[in-house]
Amino acid sequence: MAVAAIALVRLRNLFAVVMFSGIYSLLAAVLYVVMDAVDVAFTEAAVGAGIATVLMLGTLALTTEKSEQSHKLSLSSLAVVTITGAALMYATLDMPRYGETTAPIHHHVAPRYIEKSKKEVGMPNIVTSVLASYRGFDTLGEVTVIFTAAVGVMALIGRRREKKKSRKKSKKAAA
Amino acid sequence: MAKKVVRKRPEPPRREMEHTSILRVTSKLLIPMILLFALYVQFHGDFGPGGGFQAGVIFASAFILYAMLFGMSAARKVVPAWVTRIGLATGLLLYAGVGVVGMFKGGNYLNYSVLAHDPVHGQHIGITLIEFGVGTTVCFAMITIFFVYANRNS
Repeated sequence: MAVAAIALVRLRNLFAVVMFSGIYSLLAAVLYVVMDAVDVAFTEAAVGAGIATVLMLGTLALTTEKSEQSHKLSLSSLAVVTITGAALMYATLDMPRYGETTAPIHHHVAPRYIEKSKKEVGMPNIVTSVLASYRGFDTLGEVTVIFTAAVGVMALIGRRREKKKSRKKSKKAAA
Repeated sequence: MAKKVVRKRPEPPRREMEHTSILRVTSKLLIPMILLFALYVQFHGDFGPGGGFQAGVIFASAFILYAMLFGMSAARKVVPAWVTRIGLATGLLLYAGVGVVGMFKGGNYLNYSVLAHDPVHGQHIGITLIEFGVGTTVCFAMITIFFVYANRNS
C-alpha cells in the first residue's frame, strides 16, 4: 500500500495514477478482509476500486492525461501536511489496540446488537440489521447523498442532453 | 468544438474498444453473470456480506461495461434517460415510503416492526424493501453519472 501511495504522488501520467488509486483501493479492501470487516471490504472493492476508477477514467477522457509539471516545493503546504500527519500519528497512540476487548467501542451499543439483533430483527448478518434497521435513518441519509450527487451531476454537466430532451418533449406535445 | 484543447491521444479509448471482438464476446458472456451476481448480493445481504449499496454498484457496472464496449447510443437504448431518472427517484421514495408506511401503521418513522403482525417478519419485509430501494438508487445514480460523463465526451 505504501508503494502504491508513493507511486501515486510521484507519477505524472494521470492514467497510471488512476490505475494506482484502484490498486490502492483493492489493497485496502484486502486489509479490511484481514480485519474481518467483509461488508466494508466488499464496498471498498466495488466502489473504490471499481466505480471510482471508471469515473476517473471518464474524467480523464474529458481532460488531458498528463498533469502539469511543477517543481516548486511549497514550504507552507509541506509544513501543513507534516503537522497534520504528526498530529494524526500522535492521536493513534491514544487509540485502544486492535481487537482489545476493553475498547469503548465494544461496550456501547455493540453488545446489544450482537445479543438481541437475532431476536429483534431476525437477520443472521448483524451488519445488515444495524445498517438497515437500527441505523435506518443514517442509511436513508446516505442514499439521499448519492441521489443528490447524481442529480447534481445531471444538473451541472448533463445540460445538453436536457435541452434535447425538452425539445423532444415539446415536439411530442405539439404533435 | 474545434477550439477544444488537443488531446495527447487522438481518440478516447472507448472508440478503440468498439473493434475488439474478444472483449465484446467475453463481455457478452460476463454481463449476465454480473447482473446475476448483483441480484445475489442484493437479496443475500441478510445472510452474507453485501446489501443494496454493493449490489447497486455491481448492477451498474454491468451497464457501464456494456456502454464502454458497445458505445453510448447502444447503451442508451438499453437504459433510456427517463428510465434512469425515474429509477433514481423510485429507490429513494421507496425507502422513505417504507418509513411513512411504518408511521401510518402506528410506529415511529422507519420502524419496520409494525409492518407485519410479527415484529421479526415486519423487520424482514422492511429491510428487504429498503435494501431494494438503496440498490435501485445507487445503481441508477452510478449509471447516470457515468452516462452523463460519457455523453459529454462524445
